[in-house]
Amino acid sequence: MIDPQLLRILIALVGILGFVALNALALVYAERKIAGHVQRRPGPYEVGPHGILQPLADALKLMGKQLTTPRDADPVIFWLAPILCFMPVALCILPIPFGPNLIALDLNLGMVLILAFAGLGVLSICLAGWGSNNKWGLLGAARAVAQNVAYEIPLLLAVLSVAFMTGSLNLATITEGQGTWPWQWNVLLNPLGFIIYFICALAETNRAPFDLPEAESELTAGFHTEYSGMGFGLFFMAEYANMIVACSVATVLFLGGWNGPFAPGWWWFLLKMYALIFLIIQIRWTYPRVRFDQLLNLCWRWLVPLALLNLVYVTIIVKL
Amino acid sequence: MYRLEEIKRAAQGMWSLIAGLNITGKYFLQPNVTIHYPRQEVDNLATFRGHIELIPEDGDPLTPRCISCGTCAKACPSGCITVTKQKAPAPTPEEVEQGIKPKAPKDPETFRLDFTLCSLCGQCVMSCPADAIKFSQNINIAGYSRQDFYFDLVARLRSRLPKHINKAE
Ligand code: SF4
Ligand code: SF4
Repeated sequence: MIDPQLLRILIALVGILGFVALNALALVYAERKIAGHVQRRPGPYEVGPHGILQPLADALKLMGKQLTTPRDADPVIFWLAPILCFMPVALCILPIPFGPNLIALDLNLGMVLILAFAGLGVLSICLAGWGSNNKWGLLGAARAVAQNVAYEIPLLLAVLSVAFMTGSLNLATITEGQGTWPWQWNVLLNPLGFIIYFICALAETNRAPFDLPEAESELTAGFHTEYSGMGFGLFFMAEYANMIVACSVATVLFLGGWNGPFAPGWWWFLLKMYALIFLIIQIRWTYPRVRFDQLLNLCWRWLVPLALLNLVYVTIIVKL
Repeated sequence: MYRLEEIKRAAQGMWSLIAGLNITGKYFLQPNVTIHYPRQEVDNLATFRGHIELIPEDGDPLTPRCISCGTCAKACPSGCITVTKQKAPAPTPEEVEQGIKPKAPKDPETFRLDFTLCSLCGQCVMSCPADAIKFSQNINIAGYSRQDFYFDLVARLRSRLPKHINKAE
């Protein structure tokens, strides 16, 4: 007899992998279209009506390419890294409540699980840079570690502020703690926390303007310089999957999760999540990349003190 | 005081970030300014500088206006023009009788352009005393080898003739 909980997790994992893969395709298309329209050009247009099949063509191309391992690279570490980059993301989606009953794994410490496995992403980038025996890769990896370690702190403090307000780390409980209407959501009770979380999430997912580990102008492609075919494809998928995780968590913590006026449900969740993803994409095509010292200055001199102040503020409103 | 100044700057910076998002947001909603190239073409082709070509004489699309003076070849900073004059035709029996030497026609025998070297600077067009050269509007020029870009502009003018006649009709 199979344990029903195990079965549930297995089914959920398969569903999540499908969701992540489909989303990666859709988001690649969305990203390129948005980039195009922001620059007042059409974006992908030739493959299928309005280029809708472009991501499929891209995926086929990536899958058809030869996988090359650079000379003097460590083959085990080199090929472990992309897999290690992608797998934890699937786990991160497990405890996220998409709807009132749409949750794969109702954990008391769901938030901790997400943070722990999100941390693995840095390790995989580090391994990728180290294993490829390439100076750009190594520099990108070093940047990724410095950046992620720094931004983990204000991120945790921002998450902590929400945990203070709700008194729980269970994502479903946090969602239920926020009401139906937008003014009952944490984003209005704790706006600074939301802004800090959002900036840190950009940095944690290595999205522009904090995409220093893969800064094209300086590092070719940073940590994934040496990867071809699906090795690169996995990093690429992991980037979009990370965006989904970061935006889902933001939706749960600050935007009331599946709550919404008129018919609460998973559609509200997806609506909020995709709105945030749209914002992230627009940010990428608006701001120039920051310099590394600016990145660390922003974190240590602004975000950490502000996050601490925010904690004080949150404890005061909780007490009142 | 210094801290206050810095906070003020940071607030201004935040505001500029929002202004930036506003701009890209507006652009996102505005119509495209690019065109779908193979299906559409831009409307200012008249200003395009393609490789140079010879202008035919008024009323005689076969003969170039060029008087084979070679000024363009001298003016060209890249040395990519070579003009060869036509030889005088063999004198006819009557001309031999009358002792006249036939004159060579003015227009060139060949007008070679090595387009691989041309920088499209326009010195040849400006220097020509007979106004015999212009930039073509050939935007889709492509070839498989270097030799594809060694043109004889006289031959090119002639080969384009049927099209000219069609247009005139
Ligand atoms: S455009 Fe300039 S480079 Fe080209 S043929 Fe004329 S003079 Fe020479
Ligand atoms: S094109 Fe003009 S400058 Fe050149 S040889 Fe002919 S007449 Fe002279």
